Amino acid sequence: MDLVQGVLNGDRLALTRTLTQVENDTPTGRAALNALFTHTGRAHLVGVTGAPGSGKSSLVNKLAGYYRYPPDGEAPRRVAIIAVDPTSPFTGGAILGDRIRMRDLAGDQGVFIRSMATRGSLGGIAAATAAMVQVFDAAGFELVLIETVGVGQAEVDVAHLAHTTVVVEAPGMGDDIQAIKAGILEIADILVVNKADHPGVDSTERALRGMLELAHPAPRRYAHHGQIELVPAAAPAPVNDEPLWIPPILRSVATEGTGISEIAAAIASHRLHLEETGGWKVRERLRLQAELDMLLQAKLVACWKAQLPEEAYTQVLDDLLVRQLAPHQAVERLVKC
Amino acid sequence: MTERKIRVLVAKPGLDGHDRGAKVVARALRDAGMEVVYTGLRQTPEMIAEAALQEDVDAVGLSVLSGAHMVLVPRVLELLKANGQAHVKVFLGGIIPDEDLPRLHEMGVMGIFGPGTLSETYVAEIRKAILDAA
Repeated sequence: MDLVQGVLNGDRLALTRTLTQVENDTPTGRAALNALFTHTGRAHLVGVTGAPGSGKSSLVNKLAGYYRYPPDGEAPRRVAIIAVDPTSPFTGGAILGDRIRMRDLAGDQGVFIRSMATRGSLGGIAAATAAMVQVFDAAGFELVLIETVGVGQAEVDVAHLAHTTVVVEAPGMGDDIQAIKAGILEIADILVVNKADHPGVDSTERALRGMLELAHPAPRRYAHHGQIELVPAAAPAPVNDEPLWIPPILRSVATEGTGISEIAAAIASHRLHLEETGGWKVRERLRLQAELDMLLQAKLVACWKAQLPEEAYTQVLDDLLVRQLAPHQAVERLVKC
Repeated sequence: MTERKIRVLVAKPGLDGHDRGAKVVARALRDAGMEVVYTGLRQTPEMIAEAALQEDVDAVGLSVLSGAHMVLVPRVLELLKANGQAHVKVFLGGIIPDEDLPRLHEMGVMGIFGPGTLSETYVAEIRKAILDAA
């Protein structure tokens, strides 16, 4: 079977086998990626991330359902889902349980769900996730939803992969200091407070809003010599030359499907914003740069290791152990450039 | 190139709602270094075969306590074949009467692991069946 042609023709068996080859980084997988790459660049890549148990899988389930059965006048779209769960650092095994929440999507040929394990990556997705996304993109899926592992504060790799990043919070996540810490909340294009039927939803939303206002001050009125004057908000410097987008904060109860159409609308308007402002191209460039850098690093390390005599490395490690060398000196000894 | 990972789907077809055994098996396979896709309760044979295709698994484990195994298992095997996945190993757990064992083996079930089977036993048999076929 010609895998590449099968993927392009919409053959699901060819697609699933290609995904496996790509995930395992085999020569077949690499050859398929090389052939498929010219067919990529069309899909809208949407990352969904947030703490464990915040409701990511349920939200992805309902979002995919929305795209399959959109309100009147819209065409259904083909949706691929990549759901990432953690690999055990001790045994290398994994339980991939995101499908449990996605049973509504069974039997629909316009949906393809693939679970994957992190296999040692720490950024919330796996090293091969970006490549798997390319396969789905080439296969003609219009939306690729990428669900990360349950994340804490710093696993933000999905933001380098997706065009639009949805961060899912649940009530009771902590005080407003949590909301101004760096990391996960900074990458949000859309903030969702899921489980909005639980107590504490107001204070969670308030903390998120406070965080956003610190980042994007709103214009304020104040009285000056008896006259009301408007002080415009200082325009923040664009980050990475990306045009300004202020993340909306939306509420949902994913298990009941409440708030889903609003989230889908926000995802659509974020895409429109990126297209109208040139941000899409900026993100595409950043995305591909992130991938290129990752592959370059892996290749450079592999090349360097291949030419390094094994004793040299062991010797330097031994010298480190007895404190004859400091770590930076050790690196200087091993790598000259 | 990374070492080949064994991927297994663990599912409960039919209507019985007791999945402790399936979870124990999923956990044991995980601890043996496999990637285990767990689909949860009340799956139809169609859902199981579809998940096996999308996940490109090497094996499917079915846990049946309802007595409907002689209907559900052949249907799963049939659908796997129809999807081009005849190579996928199917193993069973749960309550399967002895008199059904020969016919299930005949249909192509790789292993039947009833209550009391040691996890080392089924882990080793599943691994061997998959690696021998590769």
